[in-house]
Amino acid sequence: MNEEDIKERVREFLAANDPAADRLGFLRARFDAGLAWVHFPPGLGGLGAPRELQQVVERELESTPQLRPGVQAIGLGMAAPTILAFGTEEQQRRFLRPLWTGEEIWCQLFSEPGAGSDLATLATRAVRDGEEWVVDGQKVWTSGAHHARWAILVARTDPDQPKHRGMTYFVCDMQAPGVDVRPLRQITGEAEFNEVFLTGVRLGDDLRLGGVGDGWRVAQTTLMNERVAIGGAPARRGGGMIGLVTRTWRDRPELRDHDLHQRLVRLWIEAEVTRLAGARLREQLAAGQPGPEGSGMKLSFATLNQALTGLDLEMHREEGLGYDDWSFRRSESVDFAGRDIGYRYLRAKGNSIEGGTSEILRNIIAERVLGLPSEPRVDKDVPWKDLPR
Amino acid sequence: MTSLLYTEVEEELRSAVRDLLADTCAPASVLAGLGSPPDPGVWKALAGDIGVAGLLIPDEYGGAGASAREAAVVCEEIGRSASPVPFLTSAVLATRALLAAGTPAAGALLTRLASGETTAALAVSFAASPYSAVGGDVRRDEDGTLSGEVKAVAGADAASVLLVPSGSTLYAVRAADATTRPVPSLDQTRPLSTVTLASAPAQAVGEGIGDALLYGAGLLASEQLGVAEWCLSTTLAYVKERHQFARPVGSFQSIKHRLADLWLDVVRARAAARNAADALASAEDPGLAVAVAQSWCADVAVHAAEEALQLHGGIGMTWEHPLHLFLKRAKSTQIALGTPGDHRTRTAQLADIPAPA
Repeated sequence: MNEEDIKERVREFLAANDPAADRLGFLRARFDAGLAWVHFPPGLGGLGAPRELQQVVERELESTPQLRPGVQAIGLGMAAPTILAFGTEEQQRRFLRPLWTGEEIWCQLFSEPGAGSDLATLATRAVRDGEEWVVDGQKVWTSGAHHARWAILVARTDPDQPKHRGMTYFVCDMQAPGVDVRPLRQITGEAEFNEVFLTGVRLGDDLRLGGVGDGWRVAQTTLMNERVAIGGAPARRGGGMIGLVTRTWRDRPELRDHDLHQRLVRLWIEAEVTRLAGARLREQLAAGQPGPEGSGMKLSFATLNQALTGLDLEMHREEGLGYDDWSFRRSESVDFAGRDIGYRYLRAKGNSIEGGTSEILRNIIAERVLGLPSEPRVDKDVPWKDLPR
Repeated sequence: MTSLLYTEVEEELRSAVRDLLADTCAPASVLAGLGSPPDPGVWKALAGDIGVAGLLIPDEYGGAGASAREAAVVCEEIGRSASPVPFLTSAVLATRALLAAGTPAAGALLTRLASGETTAALAVSFAASPYSAVGGDVRRDEDGTLSGEVKAVAGADAASVLLVPSGSTLYAVRAADATTRPVPSLDQTRPLSTVTLASAPAQAVGEGIGDALLYGAGLLASEQLGVAEWCLSTTLAYVKERHQFARPVGSFQSIKHRLADLWLDVVRARAAARNAADALASAEDPGLAVAVAQSWCADVAVHAAEEALQLHGGIGMTWEHPLHLFLKRAKSTQIALGTPGDHRTRTAQLADIPAPA
C-alpha cells in the first residue's frame, strides 16, 4: 500500500461520510474505514500499512473532526500499543475503537507511594478468586483518573518471586466498586494528578493483559511508548515551546536584553538540533532501522522545556511576578504549553520526573544503549516479600 | 527528498575511507609521526585510489561530481582518525573557491586537482569567518605581482598551488613562488603556516572565493562529529575495562550519567551535521543549517574531548595516549571557519531572533 492508495481510501471515505455532520459518528466511521492508525491491523482501525503513511491521512483529514490529544494521550500513546501487542482478539475488539474515538478515556495505574523510579517493587496486590482477581493497594500521580473509564494497571500477583517476576498486567474498570479517585493538588495550584485507592476491587480474568507473572514485560511496552509520546519533538522548525518564546521575543522588543538574547539563541539552536535528531529517528523507524536515539528524546525534551519556560518567565520581568489563577480545580487535560508563563514554568518541573526521571533515563541510555555495566544490585534474586521497605 | 540518514553509496565510501585510514593512519601512527612531515603516500592513496580529491569536482573536469553529503562522510572519517590529510583544505576549501570562479583558468586547475596530482590551499587564515570579508592581507602591484603576508593558513605545507584572494580577485600562485613557513600549531595534525608573498607572479582565476568558507564550515561540522564519536567510543571502551573499588568505573552512576548526556549531544550533532551536508547538497539556502551545525558540533567536539580526557584519568594527560590529538583538533576546529559565537550570531539573524536595540 502506498501514498496514492491511502489518498484514494481517504477520498472514498470522505465521499461516504460528511465531516460536518455528527462528530462522534464521523470518528467511528473513520476507525471502521481503517484510517484511525493505518499501521494497525484491518478491523482494528488500521490497514496494516506502513506507519509513515499515517501522516498522509492526517494531512488529508486535517480539516475534519479531530481527537482530543490532551485527555486521550494515555489511551492513544500507551494503552493502545500495549493492547495491540498483548491483548486477546476479544480485548482488542472491545477496547480499541472507543479508546480511539475518545468515547472512553484511559489512565495509568503504575506508580505507588513506595514505588517510583523502582517501579518493579510495587505493592498493590491482586489475588485470584475463581474467575476474578481481587485488587488492593494505592496508586499515585495518576493523570486524568477523574475522567477515565478504564486504566492500565500493574499489580503483584506472586510476592514469593523476585520483584520483576511476580507481577501481572490488567485493565482496571474505573467504575468498579472499591475504586476511589482523590485529587492531588500540584505546585501549579490545580489537580491534574490523583491518588487512586483500590479496595477489594474485583476484576474479571478477561481483563488480564498478557500472562500471569508477565506484567513487567508488558509494562515495558507501555513505558517505551510513554517516553516516545512525551518526548515527541515538534516536526516543524521553530515549533513547540521554542516557537512560543521566540514569538514573544519578536513581538515585545521592550523585553529584550543581551544576556537573554544569547541564552535564547543557544536554546533555539538546541531545540533545532533536537528536532533534527527526532526527524532522523523517525526516518530510521520508517526505514526499518530502529535506532536507540528514542531513549534520548524525552531526556532532551525535559531539559529544554525547563530551560525555555524559566527564560520565558524571567524575560517578562514584572509580569512574571504575577500568576493567572491559584484556585484549586481539576484539570481538563494535560497541557504543557497552556495557560500563562508562571503555570508553564511550574508545570515543566514535572517533565524530568514523569514518565521516568531524567536520572533513570540516563541509566537506561548508559546500560542499554552504551552497554555500560549496571550498579551492583542487592535486590535482584530476593523474593519481593523479603525486600526491606 | 531530504534525508538525514546515510545512503548505501555513502556507507560504501565510508568503509573504503575508514579501511584505508585504519591501515595507514591509525591514531598511534599519527602520534608517532608528529613533528615530521606527513607521509604523502596516505593522501596519494586517499586522493587517487579512492578518488576523494575530485569528489566535489564535476565530471567535466574529471571529478566524481558528488555532493556535500558524500564529502561529509569523508570528513567524519578523517575526524575519527585525526588524519593529517589535506582533504578539507584542498578538496573542499580550494576546490569550492575554484568552482565559484568558473573561469577557464580555474577549470584547468580543477582538472589537475581532480586527478590528485596537484594539491591546493586557499591562502586565508583558518580562523576566517564565513561572515567576514577576506582578501585584505595581500596587495597587487602595478607589475601584476602579489605581495603580503597571510597568517595561520591551513594545508599550505602540502600545497603546490596557493589560491590567494587580493581585493575582490582570486589569484593562483605557484607554491614555489611564495614562502610557506610552518608555525608551531595547537593541532599538529593540521599544521598552519605563514605564507609570505614578495612580488610573486600570479594568475587571476576569478572574482572572490564564493561560498568556500561557508561550505567548509558546513563540512567541518562532520569532521567535528567524527572527532566526538572517536572520543565517546574510546572513553566507553576505557570505562568498561578500567577497574577501581573492585568495579568497572563505568558502573558508577556519576560516570554513566555524564556519558549518557554526551551520547545525547553526539546524537544531535549527527543530525545537525547531516542536515548541513544535505542543505549544502540541495538547492535550498544552506545558511541556517550550516550556522546551526557549526555552532553545535564545534562545542560538542570540544566537550567530548574534554570529557574523554577527564574520564581517562591520568593516562589521558600523557603524550603517549592519542587522546590529545583529538582534544587539540577539536579545540582548533572550534576556532576555525568562524567561532560558535560567530555562527550563533548568524543563526539569530537568519532565525529572526533580533538582538536588543
